[in-house]
Amino acid sequence: MLFTSLPFVLFLAATLLLYYIIPKKLQWGFLLVASYVFYALADLRYLIFIMTTTVTVWYVAKRVEAINLEQKAYIKAHKGELSKEDKAIYKARVKRRRWHWLLLGLLFNLGILSVTKYTNFVIANLNSLLHGAATLQLVDMIVPLGISFYTFQSLGYLIDVYRGKQEAQHHLLKFALFVSFFPQLAQGPISRYGNLAPTLLAEHSFERKTFSYGLMRILWGYFKKVVIADRIITGVTTLIGDSQYTGAYVFCAMFFYAFELYCDFTGGIDITIGIAEAMGIRVTENFNLPYFSKNIKEYWNRWHITMGSWFTDYIFYPISVCGPMLKLSKWSRSHLPKAIGKRVTVYLSCFVVWLATGIWHGAAWNFVAWGLTNYVVIMVSQELEPLYAKFHARFGWKGKTAYEIFQILRTVVLMSAIRMFDCYRDVPLTFRMMGSMFTSFRLSTFWDGSLLQIGLSSSDYAVLLIGFAVVLSVSLIKLKAGNVRDKLYEKPAFLFYQMMAVLLIAILVLGAYGVGYDSSQFIYTQF
Amino acid sequence: MEELLEILTDLHPDVDFATKKGLVDDRILDSLDIVSLISEIDDHFDVAIPAEEIIPENFNSAEAIYALIRRLEDE
Repeated sequence: MLFTSLPFVLFLAATLLLYYIIPKKLQWGFLLVASYVFYALADLRYLIFIMTTTVTVWYVAKRVEAINLEQKAYIKAHKGELSKEDKAIYKARVKRRRWHWLLLGLLFNLGILSVTKYTNFVIANLNSLLHGAATLQLVDMIVPLGISFYTFQSLGYLIDVYRGKQEAQHHLLKFALFVSFFPQLAQGPISRYGNLAPTLLAEHSFERKTFSYGLMRILWGYFKKVVIADRIITGVTTLIGDSQYTGAYVFCAMFFYAFELYCDFTGGIDITIGIAEAMGIRVTENFNLPYFSKNIKEYWNRWHITMGSWFTDYIFYPISVCGPMLKLSKWSRSHLPKAIGKRVTVYLSCFVVWLATGIWHGAAWNFVAWGLTNYVVIMVSQELEPLYAKFHARFGWKGKTAYEIFQILRTVVLMSAIRMFDCYRDVPLTFRMMGSMFTSFRLSTFWDGSLLQIGLSSSDYAVLLIGFAVVLSVSLIKLKAGNVRDKLYEKPAFLFYQMMAVLLIAILVLGAYGVGYDSSQFIYTQF
Repeated sequence: MEELLEILTDLHPDVDFATKKGLVDDRILDSLDIVSLISEIDDHFDVAIPAEEIIPENFNSAEAIYALIRRLEDE
């Protein structure tokens, strides 16, 4: 049941209605039922996977917390009796026990994720290594909807309990809702328990403003998804599906895909956050105008924020500050030139994180190449920073509007180019097609009607151009004046509702529907 | 504290760490800086800062970082 399907719209309307008419103390339980119904309608078998993760993480977190509390009670009971060394030995012993439970929870759930998502990737690579000497059969594997998202969200909670930053949730069903909350099940955001659970489990009365804000956000999400992403996808599919579309076509595919992905993913997240908001529930923001970033590092602080912070907190930091890494850091700084020595461990940890980010996005070498290209670009920019500083000091361009626009456009081009690894069938083809932009670029492609032969008519381009102008204008208002909905709400009330009506009409009239229409899957759902 | 200020200044020579607050909140220190800083602290103070201690409150100012080092030394 896709967000953009009619059954989902009916399901959502019924859920919102019932959420506010049932007794408030039943609201969270009702949401759990609704979430499981949503998931079961996608595939009944998915429920087995999500329930397994829910129960195992819930149980292990409780065990880990019990050990934490046992340690606190022991130290309190023996206050003054234990020497500093005795305390350290005791703490180390307890930490080992906690660590074993944590490891069990992590390995079991990452195991499920790996087997479901990566088995066929491993088999395909083994087959290619065997060069036909033997052929292993691919497996017909179920990949539960949103498994990467709910697994990471659950494991984040478990690690927080292990670190003593989060109290364990003892009520299994309340924890089950945190794992399965339906609006964010398919493509995130990856919420932290401490942020989501309090608002998710709280009782909410109907408030017109909150509800209206939520609906407006939902409509804005649908506008980006149905009017823009689902329209431009036809052109993107044509351009990347045939390797004859080289040169200027690749240039178009690069920006079309970047625009499609932006509208698809941010649109989906707008729908998610809007649904939650309509129920009074606050979900963490996942984007902060990423295409206004002046460099790629800033871009990654603004795009898919919850994934980035998840990888930083739960992979990058633990790897960077673990014992062996600190030893390596000590060694490299004493044995290598200073400038290189102090960077070795940082770069090694970043490499692991970007490799993991690539693999998380998909079981294909394209995503590995995509992750590692990001890594290389970020590391090169990091190294060039002193040079940039000198350059800015020499010419005094820093902070100048024209130069900032150049920096923003440079980031857009760079990120769009890196994204091309998502598009083409394999890595060598991606390089070939990118290379063709420099070897067979035909400028006349833009005006000789060629771009009307890729499944997009002139009216499609007109709609896309309007869509682009609207998205850009809204982004600029947000950038300069803050929350657009606040600005609209400050005006006479009818203007806010008029805008909602305009959006609804735009979605119905300009949405990319057709005979036998079935809205395209959200891109990030497959991750 | 002097030693810590030297390490911090080495990371960002243009920042006055003695007075500056909100080092993490204002993105003066990013994740790469924090990891470099932790390696330096391990080297100079022989204190290993575990991942669970890497939260903005512990790295938002030189005093907060110094207090963290002192606390971990005592444990």
